[in-house]
Amino acid sequence: MKAPVSWIRELVDLPETVTTEVLTDRLTALGLKLEGIEAAGADIEGPLVIGRVLTQDKEPQKNGKVINWCRVDIGAAGELVEGYDPAEGQGIVCGAHNFGPGDKVVVILPGGVLPGDFRISARKTYGHVSAGMICSASELGLPEDGSDGIIVVPEDGPEPGTDAREFLGFGDEVIEFEINPDRAYALSLRGVAREAALGFGVPFTDPADRAVPEVDGKAWEVVVDDPTGCPVFAARLVSGFDPSAPTPEHIKRRVEQAGMRSISLAVDVTNYVMLELGQPTHGYDADKVAGSLGVRRARAGERITTLDDAVRDLSPGNDGDLVITDDSGPIGLAGVMGGATTEISGTTTRILVEAAHWDPVSMFRTGKRHKLSSEAGKRNERGVDPLLPAGAADRVVELLVEHGGATAEPGFTLVGTAPPQPTVTIATDLPAQLSGIEISAMTAVEHLRAIGATVAEHEDGVVGVTPPSWRPDITDPHDLVEEVVRIVGYDQVPSLLPRRATGRGLTRLQRLRRRVGRSLAGAGLVEVVSFPFVGEATFDRLGLTADDPRRATVPLANPLSSEEPAYTTTLLPGLLEAAGRNIGRGAPGVALFETATVAFPSDNGPAPIYGVHTRPTEAEVDKLIEALPVQPQHLAVVLAGERQRSGWWGAGADAAWSDALAVVRRLATELGVELRVTATHRMPWHPGRCALLSIDEVEIGCAGELHPKVCKSFGLPARAAAIELDLDALLAATPTVAAGPQFSTMPLAKEDVALVVDASVTAADVEAALRDGAGPLLESVRLFDAYTGAQVGEGKKSLAFALRFRAPDRTLTEGEAGAARDAAVAEAASRTGAVQR
Amino acid sequence: MSGPNTDYDPVEVAAVSPAEVEAARDAALAAIAAAADLEQLKAVRSDHAGDRSPLALANREIGALPPQARKEAGQRVGQARGAVNQALAARSAELEVEHEARILVEESVDVTLPTDRDPVGARHPLTTGAELIADIFVAMGWEVAEGPVIEAEWLNFDALNLGPDHPARTMQDTFWTDPADDHVVLRTHTSPVQARTMLTRTPPIYVVCPGRVFRTDEYDATHSPMFHQVEGLAIDEGISMAHLKGTLDHFASQMFGEGITTRFRPSYFPFTEPSAEVDLVCFVCRGVDSDACRTCRGEGWIEWGGCGIVNPRVLQACGVDSSRYSGFAFGMGIDRTLMFRHGLEDLRTLFEGDVRFTTAFGSEL
Repeated sequence: MKAPVSWIRELVDLPETVTTEVLTDRLTALGLKLEGIEAAGADIEGPLVIGRVLTQDKEPQKNGKVINWCRVDIGAAGELVEGYDPAEGQGIVCGAHNFGPGDKVVVILPGGVLPGDFRISARKTYGHVSAGMICSASELGLPEDGSDGIIVVPEDGPEPGTDAREFLGFGDEVIEFEINPDRAYALSLRGVAREAALGFGVPFTDPADRAVPEVDGKAWEVVVDDPTGCPVFAARLVSGFDPSAPTPEHIKRRVEQAGMRSISLAVDVTNYVMLELGQPTHGYDADKVAGSLGVRRARAGERITTLDDAVRDLSPGNDGDLVITDDSGPIGLAGVMGGATTEISGTTTRILVEAAHWDPVSMFRTGKRHKLSSEAGKRNERGVDPLLPAGAADRVVELLVEHGGATAEPGFTLVGTAPPQPTVTIATDLPAQLSGIEISAMTAVEHLRAIGATVAEHEDGVVGVTPPSWRPDITDPHDLVEEVVRIVGYDQVPSLLPRRATGRGLTRLQRLRRRVGRSLAGAGLVEVVSFPFVGEATFDRLGLTADDPRRATVPLANPLSSEEPAYTTTLLPGLLEAAGRNIGRGAPGVALFETATVAFPSDNGPAPIYGVHTRPTEAEVDKLIEALPVQPQHLAVVLAGERQRSGWWGAGADAAWSDALAVVRRLATELGVELRVTATHRMPWHPGRCALLSIDEVEIGCAGELHPKVCKSFGLPARAAAIELDLDALLAATPTVAAGPQFSTMPLAKEDVALVVDASVTAADVEAALRDGAGPLLESVRLFDAYTGAQVGEGKKSLAFALRFRAPDRTLTEGEAGAARDAAVAEAASRTGAVQR
Repeated sequence: MSGPNTDYDPVEVAAVSPAEVEAARDAALAAIAAAADLEQLKAVRSDHAGDRSPLALANREIGALPPQARKEAGQRVGQARGAVNQALAARSAELEVEHEARILVEESVDVTLPTDRDPVGARHPLTTGAELIADIFVAMGWEVAEGPVIEAEWLNFDALNLGPDHPARTMQDTFWTDPADDHVVLRTHTSPVQARTMLTRTPPIYVVCPGRVFRTDEYDATHSPMFHQVEGLAIDEGISMAHLKGTLDHFASQMFGEGITTRFRPSYFPFTEPSAEVDLVCFVCRGVDSDACRTCRGEGWIEWGGCGIVNPRVLQACGVDSSRYSGFAFGMGIDRTLMFRHGLEDLRTLFEGDVRFTTAFGSEL
């Protein structure tokens, strides 16, 4: 909402000491937040005066242009110009043609500065010395009035030589306020001025408070079919309107200051009244209206062309669009935008004025349905004072008569009555209780009266409060509390810490999640946060098969991009993109991780919508939650390119499949989880270098080298590696209370064995067999070498293990250790065909 | 110095003469003193104290002396050998020390050589920022509550006093899952976590809810379809705006420094009434000579978030007895808070995944 300071001051008698800054500070404190202050002309310096064009010689130029060589009478302002000759006038070259000799114009003289630091000086151009500039609206930083030329000052405007600033409305600051949805009344000068009066304790004269003619129903016949949608409808008629009458300068300026375009007198007047009072009104060309006006819901199949030339299919039914009709059908989208068939034109002489009160919910739905945001709709959907229509219609008529030469036809149609405001009961100590400020019952009542509410006499500390007609937002005691507290001042709220919080700290899961992040960062990985939106093309890049479960996504109804219309099931795309970006920006290697939610459809049907007057039952709450997608937290890692740098210490190393496994195994060990690693094939991993990660036979994810095609597609170096796993599952497997270990301090017995097995046998299987066969004396098994080559033969490999034995109570003899080793090897031989080298 | 006594003549035993013994001793001591390192000392030891050294030979000849001369000669040779051995030991110890010191000197390296063989990792400032905030509240006895990002419409809107036709629903353009009449949304704020908390716990409730939220904003330097919020909810007997102010003042000073407080301005949110915008004293200029301050752009204050007294309608929908309990709630953007706390100019740097950005924040905020 933009409000000129001069207009505010016209409606409320603010003391001189209230500067614009004081005013905006106070209004911000009351809840009308200052967005900005505009002052047209603030960046114009120097002599800007009214001039009269004495002569205008049209001079064609070689380049085909015609320039005007003008002599302009600048009256007393000539004193500012060295050698000015009043008889000759000021010589100025002008390229615009929308004016002629005798017209009054706005002139900036040498020494002046226009917006954009455009300095004016006398200069030679087109064979003349042009000493100044005849100004257009845009050159002065004013809104274009559509004439696309220089400003022609009306004949009754100021005399030549006068400073033009006042005429142009410069110096009048325009305050832009941010108006919250509950303060729709402040979308008008009436509302802003009322708040200013409240803020400074000065009297307020309500511009809506005006005498209106007796209601006789004779202005126009109006039939309201839907009094819920349209509780009040006022109509007036004027005739003899001069469609060529210009909009008076002050109305035009104010409409423009409010950020609207000046269109024609009739339209400008309705907008002016809307700005003044907050009541949207509409003018129809009465000669184009066939028969009586009706108000009803649209019917199936009806359509309308609105003033913006859009053809709109209307939504029928009880929740459908409210329309204004005549005998031809709908002629307006009620409260939102008028129709084209009855639009006021350059020949309109009879104007039917409508001012009505509309159901905000219906307005909101219509606006949303038709994606139509209008100044009228904005006000109507937030709730307008239902007592305004009669006065607003009268005000429009008054201005059309005053400025358009129209005659007000007798007759005043007013259908319906304003719905009564509900009475809200409030304990007078509630404002004090909820604000923590000491506010007496008397003060509370006084402030409620100050906002225009009617307060019944109190009784036992409880009062009945009837909010004023312009405050449909006030329905609950807490709404009244806000009113009282904002007048007392939010700055009066004391600062106290609540003392009763007795929380249990972070949960175990919350601590574990932090641990995971720290552990990965400690392993040299950098965390990233990426968007969770995906599309089929992303899955194609990952090489997922058509039936891959990760393609079954939760789709979005209104994605930002049609390329990525779903919530992701995997974190890898975002992570691979980020890795590619880092490599693309010159990083020799990158190690990234992300933990975030992924989603899988639950297919449990729609989520119910419950009422809000009572709590849903437990079963109902469960139903809400069951309807949601399954949303586990995943962890993903990408390692690409240089993992260890080369340097004076020797060669570095690029990330490989084993680095990914090292990261996840280390994490599992730190978390105390026994992770099982087996071979698998799954995209986007390399088919021969992908490990399936599981806990207690339940899969939790994969790790290994990425498929070469995937590396290529995401711009990653070959052999880049990745992990993705279900973090929730990993953390759920962490032991809550780890058992304290028992270990022996007796001497260690070492036995190393080298076993030759088929190349297809996994190290994990051999190790497991050794472990099982070695018996209770075994302390640890560790593979320390793996070899393939001529010495072990084609299709074979040699695996060397270090076995460590220790007894709890004695030093092992060589025989005991050897026997245990032999038992281990025997088990490996029987299970995996291992032969000791 | 005498050579080996090849034609031994027990009568001529010049070797044990006092002059000879003294000469041999002096020669030995001089050689010991002259030994520059342990290698040389080893040779000296062999020459002057070895089996074939003059003093050793002299010692051997003592037995050939007439008995009456033996005692004196024995004493003479023994003293000389003792002196030599002592000198050897002393010199050896000395050279040992020198040797060790020299090895350490020779082993010195250039300690300024780079050692960045392994890359340094980092957690994202959005993570560490959320943890910092959570810790401030946990230290006050609050708990951290969480909920899913894909949420039931009823929990995201209706339960929070945002009815189907509430104008505020257009203020936060919502991502809906398809079909939209499944009534499931990407949560537009973390407030549904508050609703869930009230539905599942009984007061007193003091929870803070950091999390990821979504709105259909186009992606630019100051807007993102995904961002992060932290909300707080306190429900207890006798809760007032004063407790809200106290809590936010404490939060502000912990997050931005001692003396940083907040200011309330009346505002509107469906879930709170009365509602307030909360501004923060600019932690850079502290409201003094703000005109040139780039952080608050001359305002002296920074818009931080929204807050208010929980609307009793919300308490009612979530099963909290509003006649007994009142509550306050607040919320602010974590991304935005990081932007002004760390002087970030483009929101998008948070989501690009450039490691240079993330590592700049260290491991804790």
